[in-house]
Amino acid sequence: MTLALYVPRATVVHRAPPGLKLLALSLTGVLVFAVPTLPVAAGALVAVLAVGLFVAQLPLGLFGRQARTLVWWLVALMALHLVTTDPETGAVAVLRLLALVLAAAVVTATTRVTEMVSVVEWLCAPLRLVGIRPARVGLVIAMALRFVPVLAERADAIREAQAARGGRVRGLRATATMVVPLLVSVLRMADTVGEALDARGADDVPARSSWRRRTGGPSS
Amino acid sequence: MASVSDAPVADAARGFELFGVGHSYGDRVVLSDIDLHLTEHRIGVVGANGSGKSTLARLLNGLVLPSAGRVLVDGLETRSDGRAVRRRVGFVFQDPDAQIVHPTVAEDVAYGLVNQGVPAAERVARVGEVLERYGLAGHADHPAHLLSGGQKQLLAIAGVLVMRPARIVFDEPTTLLDLINTRRIRQVIDELDQQAVVVTHHLDLLADFDRVLVIDSGRVVADGPPSSSLAAYRRLMDDR
Repeated sequence: MTLALYVPRATVVHRAPPGLKLLALSLTGVLVFAVPTLPVAAGALVAVLAVGLFVAQLPLGLFGRQARTLVWWLVALMALHLVTTDPETGAVAVLRLLALVLAAAVVTATTRVTEMVSVVEWLCAPLRLVGIRPARVGLVIAMALRFVPVLAERADAIREAQAARGGRVRGLRATATMVVPLLVSVLRMADTVGEALDARGADDVPARSSWRRRTGGPSS
Repeated sequence: MASVSDAPVADAARGFELFGVGHSYGDRVVLSDIDLHLTEHRIGVVGANGSGKSTLARLLNGLVLPSAGRVLVDGLETRSDGRAVRRRVGFVFQDPDAQIVHPTVAEDVAYGLVNQGVPAAERVARVGEVLERYGLAGHADHPAHLLSGGQKQLLAIAGVLVMRPARIVFDEPTTLLDLINTRRIRQVIDELDQQAVVVTHHLDLLADFDRVLVIDSGRVVADGPPSSSLAAYRRLMDDR
């Protein structure tokens, strides 16, 4: 399982502020829904592919993988429109959905998680007024992305251990018998993660005024 | 955050000092009457499972506070100067998966520096330097969970070393590793400039250390050079 989709390249898209990229993504969404015509939807898709392939220098396979995960949704959407509206409206719906998903993929592939998280922290800045530390919100998001695959690995290990002892590997019963050991494992790990956060200075987090200051990894 | 002038002043010559330290989890006493002064460059800690050695390790950087007695690091008390102590004492856990908190390698190494408020340009330089040192530079933007076990432990160590602690405590850093990666971690520990306290079951790791403590039932039962301490530990285990 791979949640981190960042593709390191030294391009202007990679260097662009994450907030700007998210704004461009939002404006693209507004445009394709506010002007629901075939030229706009097709133009948006072409523009996204051009930026992704030629400016951000992302591999074609990345777009292929994203499109493949959507293919049945797109087919279903087109079929629905063929039945309820007309082929052109269906084509517009399909193209704009594809354009938006691929645009989101461009943003994800050109923005490090910490940069994205820093935008979230910046957006959460007003929560300071009610005593919530935005840095903690950002850390929670980053940790969620980090630990989903770890938990999946632990669940697999428990499933294998149960299978090795003749237990079921599929179905509701298998899931039910996996829940308790997984929960115990997660709680134990949570203790250590808490200690690790303390050991690495989680309580020392300085105040931040801008997401730009957060970027930590080496430039590619 | 406290300014530099507010920060408690450390005396680097003092090392770890434990005075009458005891610790209990509820009714269960895990350490009692520990008096130690640890100044040697390489210190090993061995003991059976449940002997209290991991608790001792955690006491050394204030992750656990003593139920009785005092723990001082370079003159700073873990109870009252916890943050300053943790800045001076890095901690490497047995399971790197629990220590790596960011999705990608470089981002995780940078995490401690972000917490310390290190400027972005310096962060980039220090992260790059430590990744290069541990052969992880090519993995900088890779998802951490896709690394091998040995690489994860190196990443966990890199995440600690990038913060430039004065001392480092390792809690069973090689327990989950194969022989090759165990050797690699041993080499990493050997090359450290910092004082290192290593809790381990791998006795080979401690052969060249300056001092080895043997913990049993919450007490230090042997303390000396590796030859005598490890012999005492083996006798202790043989008698069980």
